[in-house]
Amino acid sequence: MDVPVSPLTDNRTDDGMSEEPAIAVDGLVKRYGKVHAVDGISFTVPRGSFTALLGGNGAGKTTTIAILLGLIRPTAGRIRILGEDFRTHAKSLLARMNFQSPYADLPRRLTVRQNLTVYARLYGIVDTRGQIAYLARELDLEGLLDRPLGELSAGQRTRAGLAKAFINRPELVLLDEPTASLDPDTADWVRGFLSRYARQARATFFIASHNMLEVERLCDQVLMMKGGQIVDSGAPRELIERYGRQSLEDVFLEVARHGARQSAAS
Amino acid sequence: MRAIDRGTPRRIGAVVLRHWYLIAGSWPRFLDLCYWPIVQMILWGFIQTFLTMRSNFFAQAGGILLGAVMLWDVLFRGQIGLAISFFEEVYSRNLGHLLATPLRIGEYMASLMFVSLMRTAVGLFPATLLAIWFFGFSLYSLGLSLAAFFFSLIVFGWSIGLFVAGLVLRYGLGAESFAWAFIFALAPLCGVYYPTTILPPWVQAFSALLPASYIFDGMRAVLIDHMVRVDYLLMAAGLNVVWLAAGVAAFLIFHNQARDRGMLLQLGE
Repeated sequence: MDVPVSPLTDNRTDDGMSEEPAIAVDGLVKRYGKVHAVDGISFTVPRGSFTALLGGNGAGKTTTIAILLGLIRPTAGRIRILGEDFRTHAKSLLARMNFQSPYADLPRRLTVRQNLTVYARLYGIVDTRGQIAYLARELDLEGLLDRPLGELSAGQRTRAGLAKAFINRPELVLLDEPTASLDPDTADWVRGFLSRYARQARATFFIASHNMLEVERLCDQVLMMKGGQIVDSGAPRELIERYGRQSLEDVFLEVARHGARQSAAS
Repeated sequence: MRAIDRGTPRRIGAVVLRHWYLIAGSWPRFLDLCYWPIVQMILWGFIQTFLTMRSNFFAQAGGILLGAVMLWDVLFRGQIGLAISFFEEVYSRNLGHLLATPLRIGEYMASLMFVSLMRTAVGLFPATLLAIWFFGFSLYSLGLSLAAFFFSLIVFGWSIGLFVAGLVLRYGLGAESFAWAFIFALAPLCGVYYPTTILPPWVQAFSALLPASYIFDGMRAVLIDHMVRVDYLLMAAGLNVVWLAAGVAAFLIFHNQARDRGMLLQLGE
C-alpha cells in the first residue's frame, strides 16, 4: 500500500525552486552548568535525505534530537525546520514531525491499537483505522494490535514505537537507535519499510545510530559528533575513502579514539 | 499559552481517552477508585450514627459528618486524581512522547483536570448511593449548593495537584509523596469536621486563605441552619481563581525548568 503523500512533502515549490532544508541548525549550544552537552553545532539536513548522527555515548546525539523535538530548551542557536522557525512554530511543526527514542516508551497497560488511536487523535489523523491498519501491515503488528504493550517482546515494542512514529505520516522523522532491539531479519525488514516510506512520502530521516552497517545502507549524509561538536561530516563512502578505511565502523572508531582527521564540519 | 484552536478539544479528548482506556481496561483499578471513598463513608457513617444517639447536636444536624467526609473526598480525589494521572505518564515514560506532539502545555493541564473529574466522579458516585442505602443520608439533599461545593473543591484540588505534578516534573519521582503530604496538611486547616472558628486565631488566618474552609462552613450552614451562604461561595470562588492561577503558574515554571535541565525525556522509574 502506498503512503498517502501530502503536497507539503514535495521537495520543490511551485516555481520549481528548491525548498529550504528539512533541518537547518545554526550555532546550537546546550550547556548544563559548565558541561557543554552540545557545543555550537551547525548543520543542514536536505529534504528527502537520510542523515545519520554518529558518536559515542555522551557525544550529544540524544540532546540534539531532544532539542529538535522541543523537549530541551537550547542555551543558544537557531533552528529552522521544514522552512519555519522552530521557536515560534514549534507546535505546528511537531504536527508534521514524529520520533522514536529508547528514552520514551508508550503506556504498557494499553494495547497497541489503543496507543496508536490516542496518538492518531493527538495528531489529528482523520482515517485512524486506515492508518493503523496500514502501519500494522507494514510493521507486522496485525496479530499484536489488541495485546497490551507490556505483554510484547522488546522487538515487538520497538515496532509498535515505530508505528507511533509514523502515525501522522510525518514529513520529518527523528529516530534514535531505531533497530537496536530487533533481530537482524526484523531490522532488515524495518530498514526496508523506512526506505519505502522515504521514497513514497518523500520524507526526511534524521537518525542517531550505533549500527554502522545500517547507516552505510540507509544514509546519504553522516554527521560525526564528539564532545558535543560535529567533528566531521560527509557521505558514508566519502568518509570511508577519506580515512582510508574499509568500513564506516572503522572510521567511527578512529574518530572516537583519535579525533577527526580533517574537520569537514561547519 | 496560545489561544484555543479547533484541535484543542480533540487533543484534550485524546489524553482523556488514554486514561479512560487505563481505568476501563482494569477492574482492580476501577475498584480501587471506588473502594476508599466507600470505606471512608462507612466509617464516618457509623461514627455519625453513634454520635447521633449521644448528642442532641448531631441528632439535629443529620448527615453533617457524612457530608463532610464525602465533600472532603471531592477535594482529595480531585487533587490526587490529577497528580496520579500525571504520574502515570512519568511511570510509563510517555511524557516525552506526549510533549513532542502538537499537544500544548495548557491543553495537557486541561486534560489532567478532565481526567481528575472523571476519576472523582467514578470513585465517589457509588459511595453517595451507598450512603443513602446504609445511613439514609443523601448528599444530593444539599441541592444546587452541592454543585457549587463540588466545583469549588475540585478546582482547589486541581490547583494543588498542578503544583505537586510540577514538583515531580522538576525534581523527579522523589517528590511524588508530596501528592499525599500537601493535601493532608491542609485538612486540619480547612475545618472539614469542625467550624474553622474553633481554630486558634493565628491558624484561622491561614484557614481563611483556603477556599475549602468556606465550603465546609457553607455545608454546615446548609445542613444545620438550612441556609445557603452565598458570601462563602463567592469567597471560595475568588480564592479559587488565585489558587488555580498559582497552580498553573507553578506547573508552567517547573515545566520550563525541566525543559532547561533536559528532564522531559529522562523522567521515569
